[in-house]
Amino acid sequence: MIKSLPAGAQAPPATSQQRQHGWLRRALSGYALLVYAFLYLPIVVLVVFSFTRDEFGVRWTGFTLEWYIRLFNNPRLMGAAVNSLVVGLISTFVATLLGTLIALAMERYRFRGRSGVDGLLYLPIVMPEIVMAVALLAFLALVFDLINALTGQMLRRSLVTVTIGHIAFSISFVAVVVRASLKGFDRRIEEAAADLGANSWQIFWRITFPLILPGIIGGGLLAFTLSLDDFIISLFLSGPGTSLLPVEVYNRVRRAITPEINAISTIMLLLSITLVVLSQLAQRRR
Amino acid sequence: MLEQTHARRDRRNLIALLTPGMLWLLLFFALPLVIILLYSFMTNGPRGAVIWQPTLENYRTLFTQTIYVNAYMRSIRISLETTLICLLLGYPLALFIVRQPAHWRTFLLFLVLIPFWTNFLVRIYAWQIILANNGIINTGLGALGFAPMPLLNTEGATLLGLVYGELPFMVLPLYAALARFDFTLLEAAADLGANRWQAFWRIMVPQTMPGIVAGSVLVFIPTLGQFVVAELLGGAKVDYLGNLIQRLFLRSNPVNWPLGSALAVAMMIILLALIFWYFRVTREEQR
Repeated sequence: MIKSLPAGAQAPPATSQQRQHGWLRRALSGYALLVYAFLYLPIVVLVVFSFTRDEFGVRWTGFTLEWYIRLFNNPRLMGAAVNSLVVGLISTFVATLLGTLIALAMERYRFRGRSGVDGLLYLPIVMPEIVMAVALLAFLALVFDLINALTGQMLRRSLVTVTIGHIAFSISFVAVVVRASLKGFDRRIEEAAADLGANSWQIFWRITFPLILPGIIGGGLLAFTLSLDDFIISLFLSGPGTSLLPVEVYNRVRRAITPEINAISTIMLLLSITLVVLSQLAQRRR
Repeated sequence: MLEQTHARRDRRNLIALLTPGMLWLLLFFALPLVIILLYSFMTNGPRGAVIWQPTLENYRTLFTQTIYVNAYMRSIRISLETTLICLLLGYPLALFIVRQPAHWRTFLLFLVLIPFWTNFLVRIYAWQIILANNGIINTGLGALGFAPMPLLNTEGATLLGLVYGELPFMVLPLYAALARFDFTLLEAAADLGANRWQAFWRIMVPQTMPGIVAGSVLVFIPTLGQFVVAELLGGAKVDYLGNLIQRLFLRSNPVNWPLGSALAVAMMIILLALIFWYFRVTREEQR
């Protein structure tokens, strides 16, 4: 996603005309600064108010770590966090594998129906998540009914169904990132290896894979972040008693603001930011 | 002979690469969409079970009953407002970033990206803290001698949250379009006697139209399906399409999946129309 952005042409040097309109530039900078402030104000507020003593979590009444301590002693929230991590790791592994394979197929081969595959690949990215969620819910209910009729076994929504959904929307994102890394790939290196007698298996593992690994890692981290952050599909596809962290947070937030929620939100925020930084670093390292 | 085995091996490789992922997407993405399309023409049973009896009743309900018509109109209106405000905030920001030196550009873009990667729910929740009755804005107003005012649970708060949540989706395509824009064209326009306003509207806006359209589509579509922001910041006072779908599928007693499916299909139709429009605009641009 990020990698596919064009690098951008070099900005031309300022001309006399542009210098004349210095006020316009300053206005633009000021405006941009305000937009950045808008983007970061809630994040800063959230972090600050996770350390407040105020039991309603909306005022600053002194510093405390109490809410973080309470959080780690809350088995429900911790259980949800573990569920989220397990679902995240499994869905990331599968989505990264499948997404990378599709990316290789799309960038390396010309075949009939390629544009159809392209469309199917991009659709989950633009589809409103709620549509995807209810569609999967309806589909799974139908499959469960069918299994029940055939074998008498009663299946229920669980962490497995959530994982299936997370994989379904992550594949596309992984494929986009890996395809971007394949686009800048110099295939003459592979030809050279073939000339030197390497077989295609060796070429893939010794040449291609190491070169696209940054893209794969970047895509995988994106999939992991998306899975950890996902709320809508998790809400629709998780069964009773198998809560995921965002769903748990949502259920609490709907009732009231609490400093405990500020604290868990801060942790989730820092985790996401760490992951995005890692993903960017992985993709930059070539 | 060698060519032939080569082609056969290529074909085998392609199938091996493509099949697992495509199967997953067909089974767990495309097929479910077909199923809700079917469901939208089915009858809802007395206890919320889907009865396989074809009907157009769901669509009739959708287009005639006030609650659904209103939700549809309200969703489209707030999505348009969100898109417009994001455009007004995002275009100058993207322009600002593009005009910076190269090493700054990456960093500034990255700053826009960070919120895009962080949990949507958490970011929306943060506004609750700011807008609460005893939150920082109202405390500040109180300190200045003003009476506190209700900020949370208003439509304004919903709009604010939506703009906040979707802004990065607007900035990225705008940045991409502006990075391709040849800024010397503006000087050429000035030399030919155009003022800055004319140069902006007649040159820059048309040239960056694909980015404007892409950003607008990317903001409009998720906004159309939102229900979290309306619940957390808007106080769930009025219904949007997303709230109704969620209720019909999960909460109402009995649930009504066929009607919920019809709502989801109606949303998909808007989405497909927008994507079609996007491709038309970008294709004309290439010609």
